[in-house]
Amino acid sequence: MARPFTPKVITANDLLEGDVIYFKADDSWTRDLTEAELIVDEAEAQLRLLDAERQNISIVGAYLADAKAGENGPEPVHFREDFRRKGPSNYSHGKQEAEAHV
Amino acid sequence: MYKYNAFDDAFLAERNAQFRAQVARRIDGSLTEDEFKPLRLMNGVYLQLHAYMLRVAIPYGTLNSAQMRQLALLAEKWDKGYGHFTTRQNIQYNWPKLNDIPDMLDALGEVGLHAIQTSGNTIRNTTADHFAGAAADELTDPRPYAELIRQWSTDHPEFQFLGRKFKIAITGSPNDRAVTKAHDVGLRMVERDGEIGFEVIVGGGLGRTPMVGKVIRDFLPQPDLLPYLESVLSVYNVLGRRDNKYKARIKITVQENGIDKIRELVEARFEERRHEFDGTDQALLTEIKTHFTPPSLRAGATDAYRAAYDADPVFRAWADTNLTEHRDADHAIVTISIKAHGATPGDASAEQMRVMADLAEQFGYDELRISHQQNVILPHVHKSDLPAIHAKLKEHALATANIGLISDIIACPGMDYCALATARSIPVAQEIAARFDDLKQEHDIGHLQIKISGCINACGHHHVAHIGILGLDRAGVENYQITLGGDATETAAIGTRTGPGFAYDEIVPAVERLVATYLEIRTGEEETFLETYRRLGMEPFKSALYPEAQKKVA
Repeated sequence: MARPFTPKVITANDLLEGDVIYFKADDSWTRDLTEAELIVDEAEAQLRLLDAERQNISIVGAYLADAKAGENGPEPVHFREDFRRKGPSNYSHGKQEAEAHV
Repeated sequence: MYKYNAFDDAFLAERNAQFRAQVARRIDGSLTEDEFKPLRLMNGVYLQLHAYMLRVAIPYGTLNSAQMRQLALLAEKWDKGYGHFTTRQNIQYNWPKLNDIPDMLDALGEVGLHAIQTSGNTIRNTTADHFAGAAADELTDPRPYAELIRQWSTDHPEFQFLGRKFKIAITGSPNDRAVTKAHDVGLRMVERDGEIGFEVIVGGGLGRTPMVGKVIRDFLPQPDLLPYLESVLSVYNVLGRRDNKYKARIKITVQENGIDKIRELVEARFEERRHEFDGTDQALLTEIKTHFTPPSLRAGATDAYRAAYDADPVFRAWADTNLTEHRDADHAIVTISIKAHGATPGDASAEQMRVMADLAEQFGYDELRISHQQNVILPHVHKSDLPAIHAKLKEHALATANIGLISDIIACPGMDYCALATARSIPVAQEIAARFDDLKQEHDIGHLQIKISGCINACGHHHVAHIGILGLDRAGVENYQITLGGDATETAAIGTRTGPGFAYDEIVPAVERLVATYLEIRTGEEETFLETYRRLGMEPFKSALYPEAQKKVA
């Protein structure tokens, strides 16, 4: 039997900065996972990925990543996506650095 | 060291201009990512987890002070103030913006550095013994040959689309510090009947199928180097598998066809190829060699060194671990540890790079080396200058006395940066180093190499570590396997797996148990971890790692 579909977000890297970005419900991109669109339907996920890839001129390597609904929006399921959301663990660089500057 | 001539400068400028235009075309949408990716990879530009990464080649690990300062400038101007020295004598910048990379490459070009063929299925940066030209045990300086290989392999039309990447390492010493047996081709300079030539080793490699290279030619006369290498590459290009990425390296070609068949084919091809070489390469080599004339070493008393050694225990500890015998008795080779306890192995800040450049200029005949062990070397230092150097290093957190010890860890970037990684390696290295520093056991433990890879591709050389650690993803959780008994030297060996892996918070205690066991069962201080392992085998270490399993058996 096929495995049940688990919720997804669409994520990619920004073309110019390389930073991790997430696809929003309004077809724009955000750097904050909690603002991403959480897709719960498998067929919808493939269509949304096509929508995202239409913007390949300014993004790189869009894919569907497992996510779950959290209090403030989508949260990562796998530790790889958790690192992508935060930045490296040896320095306060990447997104955690950006947050510190807010 | 080698200085670019007009041809080199023009070639690099043209190549950088081409890449600048390619970047512009990607940004304006004329190129898709599929079209652009192979172009950026040919110029050392990766896209990693959080950002782009630029990998710059440091040919055969040799730098002068101006080049080191330029690396510092790149770190400061276009990155986050630091660079990461890798296990292949490259430096990686983890945070460049795509728009800035053409400027970075131009800046590198100003000092004769580039990022060409630091990625892709090409001949990569040729690595060399980091003590080349200085070591007491050296037969001859291998770097002119490495430079010849660099020039020959750069943009070589026949070898731009190999089945897979191809790595060459070279050493001029019988004590192998360049891991030649774990490369696609390893070159060891040897002497026969008064003539110096190469022992050619082929088919070594780490990754998912680690193999120790095999000798394909026990003595290759020096003038035959390029035609012979071309023959090896040519046979690989034809025979190497292109149907399966994981079976595409030459180690698999050698394994599947047998070394004897490969040797036969290479020799046959060599007979054809050698006639195509008209001596131009040898003329070039003669010219290259003039750039590698050894510095005229200064004479002078070394009393200041002896005095500091006797008076200052901190200096003495550093001198005991971080100095290596130089071919000149009044000089020493200084290894600067960029592995301060708890810091990221291989990372140097722009300020530290400038300090090291200054020291090289002031005391070190303007020479620096980067080792595959991710440290920086001043290859020629008069012993009387060592106290001043040590004092300066101390001011910049560069005086850690741990070369060859348990905290001198090789670690790949792992999942903190790398898109291929399956687990983190940097924090594991940081915690092991900090832990053994807290225990103050490091010097008592003695020579012990820990190497950590964050995935099966083994950039962290874990297979050839005394204690190797491999980070994997087991059902969505980081898990670390341990191997024991690997050896990266001329007696190269692949480590053996101990058994099931350990969770992230279990791996440091596991290493601690291994080391405690070693301290208990070694015959004395002079027996290293590796020697104890070779004498007693896996069993005592396994019992220490898996006490529960032992109980069940009992």
